[in-house]
Amino acid sequence: MATARTSYLRTGLIHLALISYTLIALFPVFLTLVNSFKTRNAIFREPMAIPTPSTFSLVGYETVLKQGDFIGYFQNSLIVTVVSIALVLLFGAMAAFALSEYRFRGNLLMGLYLALGIMIPIRLGTVAILQGMVAAGLVNTLTALVLVYTAQGLPLAIFILSEFMRTVSDDLKNAGRIDGLSEYAIFFRLVLPLVRPAMATVAVFTMIPIWNDLWFPLILAPGEATKTVTLGAQMFIGQFVTNWNAVLSALSLAILPVLVLYVIFSRQLIRGITSGAVK
Amino acid sequence: MSDINTADPETAPIKRPFRWHILVFLAPAFLVYTAIMILPLIETLRLSLYNLVDGQTVFVGLTNFTTLFSDPRLSASFWNALGNNLIFFVIHMLVQNPVGIALAAMLSVSKLRFATFYRTAIFVPTLLSFVIVGFIWKLILSPIWGIAPGMMDWVGLKWAFAPWLGKSESALITVSLISVWQYVGIPMMLIYAALLNIPDEVLEAAECDGITGWSQFWKIKLPLILPSIGIISILTFVGNFNAFDLIYTVQGALAGPDGSTDILGTLLYRTFFGFQNQMGDRSMGATIATVMFLIILAGVSLYLFVIQRRMRRYQF
Repeated sequence: MATARTSYLRTGLIHLALISYTLIALFPVFLTLVNSFKTRNAIFREPMAIPTPSTFSLVGYETVLKQGDFIGYFQNSLIVTVVSIALVLLFGAMAAFALSEYRFRGNLLMGLYLALGIMIPIRLGTVAILQGMVAAGLVNTLTALVLVYTAQGLPLAIFILSEFMRTVSDDLKNAGRIDGLSEYAIFFRLVLPLVRPAMATVAVFTMIPIWNDLWFPLILAPGEATKTVTLGAQMFIGQFVTNWNAVLSALSLAILPVLVLYVIFSRQLIRGITSGAVK
Repeated sequence: MSDINTADPETAPIKRPFRWHILVFLAPAFLVYTAIMILPLIETLRLSLYNLVDGQTVFVGLTNFTTLFSDPRLSASFWNALGNNLIFFVIHMLVQNPVGIALAAMLSVSKLRFATFYRTAIFVPTLLSFVIVGFIWKLILSPIWGIAPGMMDWVGLKWAFAPWLGKSESALITVSLISVWQYVGIPMMLIYAALLNIPDEVLEAAECDGITGWSQFWKIKLPLILPSIGIISILTFVGNFNAFDLIYTVQGALAGPDGSTDILGTLLYRTFFGFQNQMGDRSMGATIATVMFLIILAGVSLYLFVIQRRMRRYQF
């Protein structure tokens, strides 16, 4: 590149701006985590201080673990999220393969039909979804949530995956056909391994809204046995509003798994977003 | 689905066996999607034309809509919610997207150190659920805890502090800004990706012509990322017009104080399920959902058929 004159001043200002915004983004999370480990007095007297031996306390966590069934909530969230993602990836990849690989009449129309859901939120059908779930006896089951989230995740998954599948070389697939592989074997053994990076992107995009959703758990599965973490935390905090230790600890418990997963997968997630998967 | 076995025009004369695998590949996604998403959506639209009369569900045409738009009690909350929702959207467009673009532009400066760190950190709030975000900010802005007034005191602004979430003039703006804080990561990432996709040759050519720094951003980069700006705008629109969780968490189902933060999502929830002394009303819920559907549909169509068509896409 032509030696662009690097102005130190400009770089300095950019760093300053980015550091300030980073602080704004992280400060509330930091504040919650730090204060959840302090005694009630310390929370109010010195909210900004790091816990010291004299102010350290786990009383909030004790309340949370005793009063709320957070382990159960985690389990529910985990089951719902993992099963939904698995179904979205499997069904989405199959449909994307059919749309990108074969020419048949109605292909374009089918593609458009399946893409409708990218823009139209599934929430608008809630009134009838609840009716249907009541009729099917699925209210207060995790199955209801899995079904809804699978339907919700499919449109974007199909869209992204079919873009990627178009880039898989035809020669490879035809070579497979000449070797006598069935269409199913071509899909599962040749194409799927090649689109793995795109699958990872889709998995992350699907996961975040499911894990964080409050609307459907609130409406379809508010029972104690099927509460997800988001709903559980919401209700717990509603009850313990004046117990600051408990509230901060509940928030920290809800943040931690997301934060840990993010630290592990951030590279993949960001590469997925910036690789132009969503254009 | 019945015409799947007909191949394209050029191969049509050769009668091929029915290609069952296409059906097998498409069926699961098609069935789940149709059964859980499309049919309930259609059913909801249909329900908006029915209502209970003497305990029987009867077709009432557009009566539900006229009630929603003009009934003294209901229409007041509806127009209030719609107006608030518009303000909610405008604040996102004016704050979230420009800040996102500015952050992306700074991050994409070549050879910037720690860029990965900044990017990773700024994206953290986007991953958190509304429940967490809502409560954290509720605590921070709470006058009881005193974090916000304490910090404003450092910069000599203590007099400007007010319990923003509790005042009806400022509650909506505050909630919108919390939502902006959470979601700024999305425009940032999408614009960042678009900026990285601009080929070096284009930028080098600009530099040869003496266009650098600010003017390079305005004259070269911005026009090239316009399609991405269009996409984040429509994503923001759809997201804002079916928002619910954050307001429910921060201000409760009544979206107080005095309904000043009520948007269509919370209105739908209250109308459909009922709240306190108000009975749940399925038909009216469906009517509000239909109105939301039409608003979103209008926005998406405007984007697809007007804005996106006029926008020039540059192929590299």
